[in-house]
Amino acid sequence: MNKTQRDEIEAALKQAEAFVKEVKGSVGLPIVPDAKTGAATWYDQRELRLKYTVSVEKTRRFFEGLADGRIMATRCRRCGELYFPPQDFCSRCGSEDVEWIELSDVGQLLTFTVINVKPMSFSHYQDYTVGIARMPEGINVLAWVDGDPKKLRVGMKVKLKVVRRQPENYLIYEFEPVE
Amino acid sequence: MSSRRVGIIGAAYSKFGDRQDVNLAELTWEAFREALQEASIDKDEIEFTVVSNVGAWSSEPLPAVVVSEAMGLRPKGSVRVEAACASGSAAVKLAHDIIAAGQAEVATAIGVEKMKESPTPLVVEFIGRAGNYMWEFENFGLTFPGYYALYATAYMAKYGVKEEDLCEVAVKNHYYAARNERAQFRNEINVERCMRSPYIAWPLKLYDCSPITDGAAAVILASEDYIRKHGREATWILGIGSATGTSNMSKRQDFTSLDASVVATRSAYSKAGIDPGNPVKSIDVAEVHDCFTIAEILAYEDLGFAKRGEGLKLLKEGETYKEGSIPVNLSGGLKAKGHPIGATGQSMIAELHHQLLGKVGGERQADIRRGVALAHNVGGTGHYAYVTVLSLHKEVEA
Ligand SMILES: [Zn+2]
Repeated sequence: MNKTQRDEIEAALKQAEAFVKEVKGSVGLPIVPDAKTGAATWYDQRELRLKYTVSVEKTRRFFEGLADGRIMATRCRRCGELYFPPQDFCSRCGSEDVEWIELSDVGQLLTFTVINVKPMSFSHYQDYTVGIARMPEGINVLAWVDGDPKKLRVGMKVKLKVVRRQPENYLIYEFEPVE
Repeated sequence: MSSRRVGIIGAAYSKFGDRQDVNLAELTWEAFREALQEASIDKDEIEFTVVSNVGAWSSEPLPAVVVSEAMGLRPKGSVRVEAACASGSAAVKLAHDIIAAGQAEVATAIGVEKMKESPTPLVVEFIGRAGNYMWEFENFGLTFPGYYALYATAYMAKYGVKEEDLCEVAVKNHYYAARNERAQFRNEINVERCMRSPYIAWPLKLYDCSPITDGAAAVILASEDYIRKHGREATWILGIGSATGTSNMSKRQDFTSLDASVVATRSAYSKAGIDPGNPVKSIDVAEVHDCFTIAEILAYEDLGFAKRGEGLKLLKEGETYKEGSIPVNLSGGLKAKGHPIGATGQSMIAELHHQLLGKVGGERQADIRRGVALAHNVGGTGHYAYVTVLSLHKEVEA
């Protein structure tokens, strides 16, 4: 019932690994037939894991704001350009004088989708809904939309809130429909 | 801005699909040897090689070097380029510009992608990361179908289009792919079958999506001087328009059109002397970027083939079938011919080169009256856009 795509992927991977191990044991080579074409393929004996560390030093106020339940953008003090995601310089006029502002919490849903087939690193979730909403300040925010996607309509009001994403247990923002 | 006219003297694409019967170099060879044969030049005449390959899902991190060595193009210069799904058109643009600027007489743009070296969930992961990593992937797990589904939802809401309507694009492109021996999918489908396929990213279903593909394509370009001197058969590049969209999709104002596609189109039409108010009257045949069914409808409108909101009507009236006023994706398109990311651009241009020269033949050969063809290649979700206009003539006829 609550089987996720990750369970399926891991089961398939385990099966493949076991098969390759058996083949290596008998013929001494990690060569197995491709599932679709039957062509001889070399099963990689090396594995690469990627996990990046990304600087948020210049935008740490945004992340600190989440802890207070606030979602912040930046505004150029020289030309007034608004930035979400926030950035500490102005791409438009070149100024580095920006101020932090808190975004209003109710926006209008412009579009949405339900992610049925998930990326590997999201495969432990059930289907999730991603939407983009226009905020009163005139900028858009992209985030998950909580609740039943069948009840969502383009143009409806959605409310931005800070939540703790599970199972990773970290602060992030998402939308919920306004009844 | 004066520069030299550049022509295409040889072009080809490999059989697309599940190509685990060959490695990256062997797959590239299939396309390159055929392009070389058509160009009837000695490979040593090629002065520079541009290789498009997005990679990450495949094992070779320096594909331009692997390709140069295997094709026998060493020790001439080479570079690998990335413009996501438009990498192939970007490679053709660079090869074109190098020749136009007088830095070479003959250059090649080679595209190759081996996506089947990784399991599907990992490929989905890598393509999903092709947007803004930190703000749209890391926390919200978008996928490539997901990005285009956001466009589909907005477009459907604005113009009252249904999922069945989008399936019509898949039906057309499968029809032509069934007649293209190089295509990944050789089967015709109908709307019912498309509607029965599972959701990948609602409202897009499996049959709305282009597949994961292995494939290679090569284009050999030469200067007008070279082509005249050696009496080669050629199609001419009349103009290449390029543009860049926002990395964050949320920074776009509208989800019913791709800004980058509009800007690249305007530039290409201006360079080629095509009337942006009525491009259909100047163009015989087009290949457009139908990575998803919605993308082909957006392309019709962004290219000015149809007015805003009327893209579907153009299709339903048969105008983009071979017998219509502007045949689109007679190759089967990305949707059914397949979409080997880095090779798609060259495969579009190779297809059109052969359409113009009447070499496609059979049921897929378009009527060539004005001698002009257009390739529309989008990278990412409108992150990059390239529009290339090819012609049998050195100018568009008035
Ligand atoms: Zn500014």
